[in-house]
Amino acid sequence: MRKVLLLGIVLITGVVFAGRLFYLQILDTSFQKLSQNNAVKVLYDYPQRGYLFDRNGKLLVSNQPSYDVMVIPREVKPLDTMEFCNLLKISKGRFDTLMQKAKIYSPRLPSPILPQLTKAEYAYLSEKMYKYEGFYIQKRSLRDYQVNHSANVLGYIAEASPRIIEENPYYQMGELIGMQGVEKQYEEALRGVKGVKYIQKDRFNRDIGPYKDGIFDTLPKRGKDLTLTIDAILQKYGEELMVNKRGGIVALEPATGEILALITAPNYDPALLVGRDRSRNFTELYYDSIAKPLFDRGLQGEYPPGSPFKTLTGLIGLQEEIIDTRESVSCYGGYVYGRGQKLGCHRHPSPLAMIGGIANSCNAYFCTVYRRVIEKYPTPQEGIDNWHRHLKSFGLGDYLGYDLPVGKKGLIPTSEFYNRWYEYPKYKWYATATISNAIGQGEVLMTPMQMANFTAAIANRGYYYKPHIIKKIEEENSIPDEYTKKNITTVHPKYFEPVVEGMHDVYRYGTASMLQVPDIEICGKTGTAENYIRVEGKRMQLTDHSIFVAFAPKDDPKIAIAVFVENGYWGSRWAGRIASLMIEKYIKGEITRTDMEEYVLNGSLQDEYAKPYSGEPFKINR
Amino acid sequence: MAIGKSSGRLDWLTIFLFLALVSIGWVNIYSASLSDSTEGFFDMGQIYTKQLLFIILSVLLIVFILAIEAKFYERFSSIIYIVSLLSLLGLFVFGKTISGATSWYAFGSFSLQPSEFAKAATALALAKFVSDIQTNLKEFKYQLGAFLIILIPAIIIVPQPDPGSALIYAAFIFPLYREGLHFAYLLLGFFAAALFVSTLAFGIVWVALGVILIAGIFFFRNRKKRPSLFKYIVIVSACIGFAFSVNYIFNNLFEQRHRDRFNIVLGKEIDAKGIGYNTNQSEIAIGSGGWTGKGWTQGTQTKGNFVPEQHTDYIFSTVGEEWGFVGSFIVIALFVGLVVRLVIMAERQKNQFSRVYGYSVASIIFLHFFVNVGMVTGLFPTVGIPLPFFSYGGSGLWGFTILLFIFVRLDAANSYYSRS
Repeated sequence: MRKVLLLGIVLITGVVFAGRLFYLQILDTSFQKLSQNNAVKVLYDYPQRGYLFDRNGKLLVSNQPSYDVMVIPREVKPLDTMEFCNLLKISKGRFDTLMQKAKIYSPRLPSPILPQLTKAEYAYLSEKMYKYEGFYIQKRSLRDYQVNHSANVLGYIAEASPRIIEENPYYQMGELIGMQGVEKQYEEALRGVKGVKYIQKDRFNRDIGPYKDGIFDTLPKRGKDLTLTIDAILQKYGEELMVNKRGGIVALEPATGEILALITAPNYDPALLVGRDRSRNFTELYYDSIAKPLFDRGLQGEYPPGSPFKTLTGLIGLQEEIIDTRESVSCYGGYVYGRGQKLGCHRHPSPLAMIGGIANSCNAYFCTVYRRVIEKYPTPQEGIDNWHRHLKSFGLGDYLGYDLPVGKKGLIPTSEFYNRWYEYPKYKWYATATISNAIGQGEVLMTPMQMANFTAAIANRGYYYKPHIIKKIEEENSIPDEYTKKNITTVHPKYFEPVVEGMHDVYRYGTASMLQVPDIEICGKTGTAENYIRVEGKRMQLTDHSIFVAFAPKDDPKIAIAVFVENGYWGSRWAGRIASLMIEKYIKGEITRTDMEEYVLNGSLQDEYAKPYSGEPFKINR
Repeated sequence: MAIGKSSGRLDWLTIFLFLALVSIGWVNIYSASLSDSTEGFFDMGQIYTKQLLFIILSVLLIVFILAIEAKFYERFSSIIYIVSLLSLLGLFVFGKTISGATSWYAFGSFSLQPSEFAKAATALALAKFVSDIQTNLKEFKYQLGAFLIILIPAIIIVPQPDPGSALIYAAFIFPLYREGLHFAYLLLGFFAAALFVSTLAFGIVWVALGVILIAGIFFFRNRKKRPSLFKYIVIVSACIGFAFSVNYIFNNLFEQRHRDRFNIVLGKEIDAKGIGYNTNQSEIAIGSGGWTGKGWTQGTQTKGNFVPEQHTDYIFSTVGEEWGFVGSFIVIALFVGLVVRLVIMAERQKNQFSRVYGYSVASIIFLHFFVNVGMVTGLFPTVGIPLPFFSYGGSGLWGFTILLFIFVRLDAANSYYSRS
């Protein structure tokens, strides 16, 4: 013991030290980063963010310089806080809060104290900044909007939040990142790459030259300019038509899947989210929980599609060969199923075959077709799943895969859905239990984008391209491959002609005959969807949604459009009018029916929207 | 020269380890003290140039030490010890103050720190005392004698004030234990040292709480054996009383300059933020080294002078940053190898004087290494003492060289006798 004690202690010490070194140097990697923060100062050079253009090369978004007052907390020397606060025009309390926040984020890294100064404010401040050590002005570029529309498409940029910074080490406090729309989706292309300069510092925080002679320094790379598929004129016109209404418009180019217009109403001027009033304006928009201006109804609104869905029911019926274009179905004011249950219909000639059924939107006809589609199979489960398979091929019931950051799946029910709903096998269910699906009510839900997309698939007679907003990145014509790939529907092209014919007759003599546009052969379908709302726990029915889908011209279609006006009553009343004006504007470039244009531009549904919140009883659908 | 006569084989392994540590040490001092100034390599203002000169002089010193008859060291140990004590006492009159400690004699632009040489002198005196035919470490009067030999220089050094150097005298407990001192002294010694350091580093309140907590745990674990509560209370009171007296001496008997120096040694001076600044910086430097380090003279922490005293007490952090795990592991291995080699050599000595001296050398080098690397890697509180052969400083290097090579000389003589 006496001979080995010291030896033992020495050897144990050696092992402990080796272990400690192994932990410090190999296991705990945090020191490797810390060292960078500590001895090396990083200076950034922010590149210009890429511009955004519309499909015709019109500039939508450019940049304006902006100046942030930044602080590096540990470099701050005692200062006359009152004087400094007066200079920045902020309160002492606010200043203390911001300093505290900056210290918590990092004593060594810069944090913003006062973001987004104007040029005039910058000029005034820059002369006096030298007095305040640890503070400096960082130049950045902010967005300069050339248009006052398309806020939902363009999105906005904002300071990266602590959570984003944690997830993505590229960003630092005070740096800007795309938060919505194209700005978010194409953030990496738009932002470019910031340039970095590493400066070696000593412990008094003095610069002692470029770190490793600047071999790690990089130059900034300018962001790429993007050309969008949006037609600025059409987009602006659509937003004007939707003033004082709520809803969405989606217009696609069927031959390519390009999004010509994506409108949500109400909307806002994108310039509201730039500059020092940004956070106040944003809060205002964010907390408007009734009109929801930040909610993109075209992409996120899930609605029952109503009668336009009948075109799909017809297509599936033809493909499944359970009906042909010659067979007529009688309508006795509705469709009777089960024991005395009836799904009503409106007045129209009877009996009708496929084309007339679509033109007159006969419920009985499509209920018959739907039931046969489901009952073609031994069990309703198989029938529903087969029906679901067809609809899925039109891009329904799931995310479409377009290049914008928000969206909803909609709903096309499956057998599993109904089994759960009806607690199968405890209770059985049959085609008739789901009969409302035939006419786009029932459980079926779609976003206006999905409606526009299936309309484009009909216009193309059997295929569609994924809708997308990107036309060009910089000068290359390379857009992601998924947007140049044809998606072919399960319905054979030959079955589309009768449906297209029916949609054409909607305009010729059917439910939209008053909406004809001279010289343009339009195919469309009206829709009216019942809907309910809950206000303070009370469920009440509101005026029907006004829905319209259309494409034009009938041969070689240039535009497919879906219009959705919340509580606009019947289909052709608002949605149909708006759709026909949009089509005319896009194809002709001018409006001949100025009376109708006047009517829509001045029309308001604000009274309708106020009804459920008035607290008084009200009547609907009038 | 007289080497031929009574010298047998030199222990070349020890000499190799010594040379390896000194050269690696210089390479790192070069990096840690490299500045952007344009002064040339041979400019005496450069720290690394001075250290190179110290190393060359230490080689001359080695030749001199090896040239002297081995018997000289045993015969003259008492005189060397007394001269050493006088040189320590002389500091109170002629001493020069450097960073708060009056531990230096100034000769022109060079300064000598006698406490660095006092370790070797004490080791010689202790070896002489213990190897005396009458000495029996089981008897109290001889224990007292041995402790006095150790404590007198330590007590002179403390008020200079240089608590770090004084602490090192605790190392002599190892050779005493080897020669028959009761194990309890070993425990007591280390416990007292731990209490001493932690009282100064963490304050009386935390130490008192810690002692009570540890005693409580022991009492609770042994409760089945019905321990005497009285005994526990006495021991706890004694510990806290000791801590209080350390605290009292520090706060009341010491002057402010003593306290300042203690605070420098305990790292409280630079650590204005109170978060262990130097240890923190040193951990960052070592941690950022990774597997193989950033390369010689490429350490960012080293270059930025973030680690205080990096060329002296914190030199090991440069090794960690620039040579990574591989480099620092090699240095650890060299130190462990040297100490182990010295213990093996001590055990093979035929004569008790050489054995006690060898053990003392091994223990002193080990305690320096243990406290220094423990501090630099953040395992122990900050106690400013140099890393042997590595840290910058002429006195330190020469002190360790003398300490080590007297033993190499004694060992060589021993092997000569054993062969003849």
